[in-house]
Amino acid sequence: MIVEIGHYALTLALALALVQAIVPLWGTLRGDEGLASVGQSCALGQFAAIALSFGALVEAHLASDFSVLNVVENSHSAVPAIYKISGVWGNHEGSMLLWVLILAFFGALVAALGRGLPPILRANVLAVQGLISSAFLAFILMTSNPFARLSPAPFEGRDLNPVLQDLGLAIHPPLLYLGYVGFSIVFSFAAAALIEGRIDAAWARFVRPFALVAWCFLTLGIAMGSYWAYYTLGWGGFWFWDPVENASLMPWLAGTAFVHSVAVMEKRDALKVWTIFLAILAFSFSLLGTFLVRSGVLTSVHAFASDPSRGVFILAILAFFIGGALALFAWRAPLLKRGGLFAPISREGALVLNNLLLTTTCVGVLIGTLYPLALEQLTGEKITVGAPFFNMTCGALLLLLCFVVPFGQSLAWKRGDLLGVAQRLSLALAVGLCVCVALFALLRGGPVLAPIAAGLAVYIILGSLNEIFARVWRRGAPFGLLLSRARGLPLSAWGSALAHIGVGLTLMGLAATAFGAETIATMRVGEPQTVGPYEVTFQTLGSRAGPNYSEVVAKAEIRSGGTLVATVDPAKRFFPARQSSTTQAGIATLWLGQLYISLGDQAGDSAVAARLYWKPLVTLIWLGACVMAFGGALSLADRRLRIGAPAPARTAPAQSMAAAER
Amino acid sequence: MKRIRLALLFGLMIASSLAHAVQPDEMLRDPALEARARTLSAELRCMVCQNQSIDDSDAPLARDIRLLIRQRISQGQSNEAVRGFLVSRYGDFILLKPPFKTETLLLWTGAPLALAIGALAIWSAVRRREIAPPALTEAEEARLTAIVGEGERG
Repeated sequence: MIVEIGHYALTLALALALVQAIVPLWGTLRGDEGLASVGQSCALGQFAAIALSFGALVEAHLASDFSVLNVVENSHSAVPAIYKISGVWGNHEGSMLLWVLILAFFGALVAALGRGLPPILRANVLAVQGLISSAFLAFILMTSNPFARLSPAPFEGRDLNPVLQDLGLAIHPPLLYLGYVGFSIVFSFAAAALIEGRIDAAWARFVRPFALVAWCFLTLGIAMGSYWAYYTLGWGGFWFWDPVENASLMPWLAGTAFVHSVAVMEKRDALKVWTIFLAILAFSFSLLGTFLVRSGVLTSVHAFASDPSRGVFILAILAFFIGGALALFAWRAPLLKRGGLFAPISREGALVLNNLLLTTTCVGVLIGTLYPLALEQLTGEKITVGAPFFNMTCGALLLLLCFVVPFGQSLAWKRGDLLGVAQRLSLALAVGLCVCVALFALLRGGPVLAPIAAGLAVYIILGSLNEIFARVWRRGAPFGLLLSRARGLPLSAWGSALAHIGVGLTLMGLAATAFGAETIATMRVGEPQTVGPYEVTFQTLGSRAGPNYSEVVAKAEIRSGGTLVATVDPAKRFFPARQSSTTQAGIATLWLGQLYISLGDQAGDSAVAARLYWKPLVTLIWLGACVMAFGGALSLADRRLRIGAPAPARTAPAQSMAAAER
Repeated sequence: MKRIRLALLFGLMIASSLAHAVQPDEMLRDPALEARARTLSAELRCMVCQNQSIDDSDAPLARDIRLLIRQRISQGQSNEAVRGFLVSRYGDFILLKPPFKTETLLLWTGAPLALAIGALAIWSAVRRREIAPPALTEAEEARLTAIVGEGERG
């Protein structure tokens, strides 16, 4: 019964979404305020209905209701409760339901919090959001119904894929979707602005918090996915330039560009048309990612051709929204008034360069991801575009961008002084260069990219700190004044400095991968092996039983110069329900580095093949992403950005002074 | 979600074989030769996996190719010769970094081309603006006069 209520609620949500898509638009065209405001209650009702539907599916999974096909295929009565819940989105149907749930959540957010929005803008935003919702709800109901029943019901489920029985699945997809789908609101705002033919700095102020929220979650989601892959897949890789990963990286790149250009628009009323274009681009990449992952086109072009119903449906959605938005853009963008002039050497100019490099990287990732598919379709020739290609093309572009970052941060709006900024950054530049040269000398003949990346990382971090320091520090000022100046700096200034420090930290972690060590050996109990600066000894090797698996587990002691620094228990799990096994790497975090042990095949009673890695500073890769997201959140907390917040009333003298100096 | 498909594949792979990426028994005694083998195998794709190098892959086919590389390297063949042999046998599909040729022209030049076009577009926009600085409209002129007048009076 609960399952049927869930199914019914989903259908109801579609009806509400259709009303939300059509009526407010009709209202704004007719100038009827009553009709225009219908969208709000629809958005709230739609969210409630989808939440109910999602709840019903969760309940079916929790209760192990094996009369539901989705539960049978992705659950098992012995699976721990947490994986019963996360198993809800560990499959196609459930993950699409999560997708629309988050879509409706953002729509409801606009409806509930958008009191400060101009009514026409709000009505149009909700209409576009409703249109997106309708398309995806129809997709779920017609091609991927999660509530399909099965008769007769089997006695036991087929279990959740063991690789997915991990906390990563509980956290990663929701975070990623909050980011991915969050850009839908940005898209809706852009489309609404185009429909209305009006856009100004206020529009930018309304849309920026949504963009920042989406961006923060996407950053965290990608980082979480990367860490998950790192610890489960068993060989310590964290980014593979896999099409599925690229699908999430592209919206991130476009979204990052958008977050920067919308700042220009808000502060200087410039780059309007470009900002709108980026808003369309960011969500288009989210849609493209959904298509790539959900249609099966990636696994093989032929698999897609043999069961095209889902793929074609999403492709149609993709074509409608991207094509429609771009057509709207081509038609209406010329109407938008161009504003804010600036000299090429200025913060705006630097942000244009930032946008150019980010979008070019995005294009590079796009071409690399789609090229093999297109080539196979056109000529039948199969090629592989793998990590070495992306590292070369996109890596180079991103390193170039990293060099520009501190300049952009330090340049003044409107007209900047390049020489002055270079002087201000001279210390950061010099230290970065020293690090780079020292590493080159140390590694002679080794990797080229790592020393450059490490130098750049140091330079970005110092450059960002320098920016804050320069805005706070005044010669001879007493400490109290400095403190109040630091407090007077807008949170968004702290936020952007922190986010850029995060970029530096991640880059540092990436660079440090070149300094790792690896030992592949047959480990015998009691016999030590060296990896990097550490010695690893397996004390015992035995088997253990878990709730729905059995595992071979080693107890490994990690010593440094004879003293015990950590013990970990790497394991290899076997899941009888699916006759498959997973590797549970033993990971010891030592300062910022990690010692990573993964087990291979057992060779007799007291010996096992193992890979041992020493990965210095590796945690910085993900910590950096967390710092980036925290920076974004800090910017979000800036009073200026709160929806409906009045013009800044709390201007401290120190702040206005700092502002005047900018 | 982006991992799920990948993970599913890995799940399948692991299920089909419990072999593991680079085993101790495969490795060559000579560390220099072994290092060459590792570098080579990091550039080659495991043909039955999704976007994984044979160095990282658990699949039996990847193990076979790893062994083949090591055998040929120990026989004294150069990296290029081994790579050439594998390409002649499996096609360009096995290379993680696609070769530069007519079919991949757009792939390799796409991003630089986009950068050039973007830079050109920005440059022309800047020039256009420099040539024609926007004049004040009549209304703006009037407002400016009013403001200036106010300032002088105040």
